[in-house]
Amino acid sequence: MLNVSIYRYNPEVDSEPYMQDYQVDTQGKDVMVLDVLEKLKVEDPSLSFRRSCREGVCGSDGLNISGKNGLACITPLSSAVKGNKLVIRPLPGLPVIRDLVIDMSQFYAQYEKIQPYMINNSPAPAIERLQSPEERAKLDGLYECILCACCSTACPSFWWNPEKFIGPSGLLQAYRFLADSRDTATEERLANLDDPFSVFRCHGIMNCVQVCPKGLNPTKAIGHIRNMLVRSAT
Amino acid sequence: MANMRTMSFDAVIVGGGGSGMRAALQLSQSGYKTAVITKVFPTRSHTVSAQGGITCAIASDDPNDQWQWHMYDTIKGSDYIGDQEAIEYMCQTGPEAIFELEHMGLPFSRTEEGRIYQRPFGGQSKDFGNGGQAARTCAAADRTGHALLHTLYQGNLKSETTFLNEWYAVDIVKNEDNAVVGVVAIDIETGETVYVKSKATVFATGGAGRIYASTTNAHICTGDGVGMALRAGFPVQDIEMWQFHPTGIHGAGTLVTEGCRGEGGYLINKDGERFMERYAPNAKDLAGRDVVARSMVLEILEGRGCGPDGDHVYLKLDHLGEETLNAKLPGILELSRTFAHADPVVEPIPVVPTCHYMMGGIPTNVDGQALTIDAEGNDQVIEGFYACGEAACVSVHGANRLGGNSLLDLVVFGRASGMFIEKQLREGINLKDASEADIERAMTGLNRINNSSDGEQASVLRAELQTIMQNYFGVFRRGDFMKQGIEKLNALRPRIENVALDDKSNAFNTARIEALELQNLFATAEATAIAAEGRTESRGAHAREDFQERDDENWLCHSVYFPGSKTLGKRGVNFNLKTREAFEPKIRTY
Repeated sequence: MLNVSIYRYNPEVDSEPYMQDYQVDTQGKDVMVLDVLEKLKVEDPSLSFRRSCREGVCGSDGLNISGKNGLACITPLSSAVKGNKLVIRPLPGLPVIRDLVIDMSQFYAQYEKIQPYMINNSPAPAIERLQSPEERAKLDGLYECILCACCSTACPSFWWNPEKFIGPSGLLQAYRFLADSRDTATEERLANLDDPFSVFRCHGIMNCVQVCPKGLNPTKAIGHIRNMLVRSAT
Repeated sequence: MANMRTMSFDAVIVGGGGSGMRAALQLSQSGYKTAVITKVFPTRSHTVSAQGGITCAIASDDPNDQWQWHMYDTIKGSDYIGDQEAIEYMCQTGPEAIFELEHMGLPFSRTEEGRIYQRPFGGQSKDFGNGGQAARTCAAADRTGHALLHTLYQGNLKSETTFLNEWYAVDIVKNEDNAVVGVVAIDIETGETVYVKSKATVFATGGAGRIYASTTNAHICTGDGVGMALRAGFPVQDIEMWQFHPTGIHGAGTLVTEGCRGEGGYLINKDGERFMERYAPNAKDLAGRDVVARSMVLEILEGRGCGPDGDHVYLKLDHLGEETLNAKLPGILELSRTFAHADPVVEPIPVVPTCHYMMGGIPTNVDGQALTIDAEGNDQVIEGFYACGEAACVSVHGANRLGGNSLLDLVVFGRASGMFIEKQLREGINLKDASEADIERAMTGLNRINNSSDGEQASVLRAELQTIMQNYFGVFRRGDFMKQGIEKLNALRPRIENVALDDKSNAFNTARIEALELQNLFATAEATAIAAEGRTESRGAHAREDFQERDDENWLCHSVYFPGSKTLGKRGVNFNLKTREAFEPKIRTY
């Protein structure tokens, strides 16, 4: 039997959050953390968490699993259980709505701030805008972000300044558009980021890189933006 | 309910996947007050899981490619019950819709010429089947759905669409004229119930793969739109037509794109034989999905399956080389390593046919207007009600969808619905307001669940439902088995209606949502069962052991399931092409 300890909080019933302990029979199988949660929900339907694709592409089930942020659906027990114990908490740093469900508005607000859409005011051609494979390759490692928030909620700078620091996820997306040969708003984008907080609160701690379930590297993208900002200032 | 809040919009789109967001984009760009009701944050919608690409004759891989060839392939793929007018519209308009997405920033993979990369997919040909395999599926590596969905969300942020994220539509509100005037919806975070009033209500609620035990579909694919439409008394079309994707990962159900076979991968049995050469000598592993899925099941049934239980086959990719796999199929490498514990660079992936796509749905015309059938058998537009994407049956997929055509369906008909509603709003839509009683009627199902005092858990009932569907309505079907399946569903119905909801709290109560979803799963499953038992032939994905031949004399038509009487009717297939004469049904071989 696997010992599972889960963060519980229902604002209508509980005066404060608590950890609830369960025992789960995994039949010795190395299942995913999401499978354990689904199994528990059969016994206790009041347990609330988000999930959708169950294959690591929708970004719904970002959780703090035995101390590390990750997606429940692609985290096998073998990488999360320590001493026969699995500890599941909501992603840290954002308000809890209920149990493992957090309020992500601040995270999304930072994403919206970077104007996460193509800007190109030249008349569109009758076919696609051409882009060489080399230009397109610059978007690899950027566009794959699934907005799960594992990175931003692992970032101390984001914990301190969630209103002012864009955070690793938003900055990765900011660079995704800066790096796109089809986007023409580079100056405008850089001007929007050019303040002491939006980018420069990143202290290169690299928690984001360590936890990204898609293997992306926000710190590197932030480095590129810094260079672009410094260059445009001189 | 007198004090229930009302929110009013020009257009409300239920569903934040590809088709819903494409429809919303059209309307919000034109300045109409548009809301998207979505039970998950939009980029968590199931479109995100589409991998291989979006099929469209943009003439990149082959500068001489023609949309008419794509039209031919799609009609043949549908086993001739796809509506030809709709297919013509989709294939002809497709390039425009794709280029719009590219201009919006969709990060397509590229050719050396800088154009959009296209790969071969199943059922594709040049020159009306005479010119060999085509490569017509536009791809962003093997993450095309993700790239498309994020691009559409971004476009909607730019055009300032109102998003009601993590809201769940419960039921349709109809006025005294039987027109649709919005939905009742729950804000999941607070539990508040709101009447969302609209001049145009678009169902873009996606599929219902979760009626089966083994599916590539996300947990959220619970047939909410089909369930709501049926409860409102509206019919569904061709709902017996379910696609089983040849390559779901054995055990996990997760999808492995057909693009793997497009890039040169192939299926082998336990003897290492490339068995598709026997079943489809020309197209081999790129035959229609229904053909490949059935061939796999036959291999397994005849004792040539792989693994200790002989219950799957292998998809071989290692011969493509690590470099190609990393460049073209990086997501598949990830998925296979995670869920099959197999590294495709050195070993094959265990795969099995897995429920993937609902070809049927709410019948619509090319403008997205939902239809019902009157007593004389004529189509009748349901005022105020529209559908697009997987929830709709327009019908471009008929009895079998071609790979890469679902994403095209989403954007083309999401866009078409949006454009048509735009036109109607400009001309003025005048629907009578719903009365208190009309709104109260839409609360019936929710009230019942909120007042439940005993009953069984949703998860237990759902598992039973999925097992029945898997066992009695799978890849191969037989009348006597299906009759048994229908009896089992009849026995399950009262138990599902009486589902327990012990936790009555309001804040993010997912148990309540799952109890409501279960009603929609059941409604979709029941319609599927009755339609499958009723269609006494084999066509496309619907393969019957007791009626093995296609029967054009009696069944070259849509089935229409009426929820009031629980009976099956027929509706003619559209053969009216605008640009040429119709494609007449032929024997379908690959």
